[in-house]
Amino acid sequence: MKNRWQILVVDDEEVMCESLAAWLREDGYVVDTAASGHEAIDKTRQRDYAIYFVDLKMPGGMDGIETMMQIRRIRAEASIIIITAYATVDTAITAMKEGAQEYIVKPCNPEEISLLVNRIVKVKNLQRENSILRKKLSRQYVVHDIVTKNARMRDILALCQEVASLRSTVLIQGESGTGKEMIARAIHNSGGRAQKPMVAVSCAALAETLLESELFGHEKGAFTGADQQKRGKFELADGGTIFLDEIGDISPKLQVDLLRVLQERSFYRVGGSQEVRVDVRAIAATHVNLQQAVAEGKFREDLYYRLNVIEIRIPPLRERREDVPLLALHFLERLAHELGKDVSDISEGALKLLMEYNWPGNVRELENTIERAIVTCKNHVLTEDSFGFLALNGTAGRVWAPPAGMSLEEMEKVLIVSTLQRTSGNIKESAGILGIDRSTLYEKIKRYEIPR
Amino acid sequence: MKYLYVAAPPEVRPEDRRMVSGRLSGEFDLPVREMEIPDLDFAYEPGRRQYSSIAVLEMALRLIPDDAAKLLTVTDRDLFVPVLTFLFGQAQLGGLVGVLSLARLRQEFYGFAPNRELFEERAAKEALHETGHMFGLVHCSDRGCAMSLATNIRQIDMKQSALCAPCKARLARAQGVKA
Repeated sequence: MKNRWQILVVDDEEVMCESLAAWLREDGYVVDTAASGHEAIDKTRQRDYAIYFVDLKMPGGMDGIETMMQIRRIRAEASIIIITAYATVDTAITAMKEGAQEYIVKPCNPEEISLLVNRIVKVKNLQRENSILRKKLSRQYVVHDIVTKNARMRDILALCQEVASLRSTVLIQGESGTGKEMIARAIHNSGGRAQKPMVAVSCAALAETLLESELFGHEKGAFTGADQQKRGKFELADGGTIFLDEIGDISPKLQVDLLRVLQERSFYRVGGSQEVRVDVRAIAATHVNLQQAVAEGKFREDLYYRLNVIEIRIPPLRERREDVPLLALHFLERLAHELGKDVSDISEGALKLLMEYNWPGNVRELENTIERAIVTCKNHVLTEDSFGFLALNGTAGRVWAPPAGMSLEEMEKVLIVSTLQRTSGNIKESAGILGIDRSTLYEKIKRYEIPR
Repeated sequence: MKYLYVAAPPEVRPEDRRMVSGRLSGEFDLPVREMEIPDLDFAYEPGRRQYSSIAVLEMALRLIPDDAAKLLTVTDRDLFVPVLTFLFGQAQLGGLVGVLSLARLRQEFYGFAPNRELFEERAAKEALHETGHMFGLVHCSDRGCAMSLATNIRQIDMKQSALCAPCKARLARAQGVKA
């Protein structure tokens, strides 16, 4: 995609500037011109040019070399091509020593410029791709990539680093969409177990018997359909970390089994008689208040204390609104590239609107919202209009009132049923619309006994 | 009613002007008209021994008729812009005027025997290319498309005298015609 890259042509002769700019525009580039080094520096501060054509000889106390050096101070990664009508070996050497990528003598062959720009753009595209892939990797593996400037979140990240090298179990509590699994990955990847797997299990997604087999594995013939031995998630995570998502949803029997494996670090496969020993660090997460579940007798107290050695409570997005613009721009940068859309900014008004929204689905809802806005965006900037659907969902605009006498649970069930109907039962899509993760949706479907 | 004008100074043979306008007919959803313009001596640059395409475009802007949607000037002179050694043609991107030089499209320029058929094919491709720019089309990455960039005669010979499907669709959008 060549037109992503912007070019600045710097030459005091207008005809030179404009003729090169026009020629490059025909090639699909966005090209600006500057008549002096000073103007070039001003424009460099305002826009992110990837390629510069700078004339060597310019009046006004700032020649091409000086201009190039100042540009490089502002945009170290920019590619600068020095052009001159008076080529000497000395000027060429000076230009290259000061960081010019190329040095061309005008007038030059069109083929030469075309090949030169194509070569630079190819390298820029590869560099960009590399940077995005690196970011993707670091998003998965480095704690610091969790985007925040909120003091509580920073404390949590510091705690993640502190506990990363320990073996103690961690209990992460937070609403749906707050990024519990990201925190778990941050802990796993910051510690000594990073080279071993982190295996995630959604406890809400599976029925009791299936979950038991999923966690502990089974022997051949353990039940109908068990035609071969299968290793469970605890075995797969040996040496690493097991992430038990929605731990609050497991059955009393599994609570007992889990307590045993956490205490004794050994278990039996379903249908097996041979003890399997593992070295696994457990990180559990839940969106329900486990302490309350213990008080109500729904969750074993001993398991709660076993899990809750280190407790992390992730604040909902509405309690860290200062992160909304940061996160919105972070998602914009990543998603615009992934979706192949040339959308590069969010207007002040739109950011204000996003800050005011309540984000019941937290960071995941924000990510989905940005994606939806990018997909439907017709220009290069997301504006308040791009987020019109948020107002309709009940933040600003009109107030929607549920039928009288309807409980919160009934309303949630109705919303889930209607969303599932709208998506023809597509769990991933429904979860995206509802702003919750799939495991939470499975858990709610199970809880409300919604037929599928 | 608006027209696509093909303008030529006296040095261009009438049959060449007719050939270009004939090849553009039906390509842009506009009727094509021909017109004569004064010679281009004013655009001559002795230092380069070539003709300034910018000066030619400026003249075309002064001469463009009221009923012209676009105007393509055809010349036999060799064109340049200050930063480049030569140009096959130049156009205002999404603008009113463009210029096409026939000089480097002839086999004689490269020391070969004349080849009328090849010359006409090249002229048709480049006329389509420059007019495409006037309708806002930029260079196409499809080497076979008339909108692909040609910086030498071999690249012109490699492309077709037609737009690829995506460029046709872009042109239709630019002209407000359903593709």
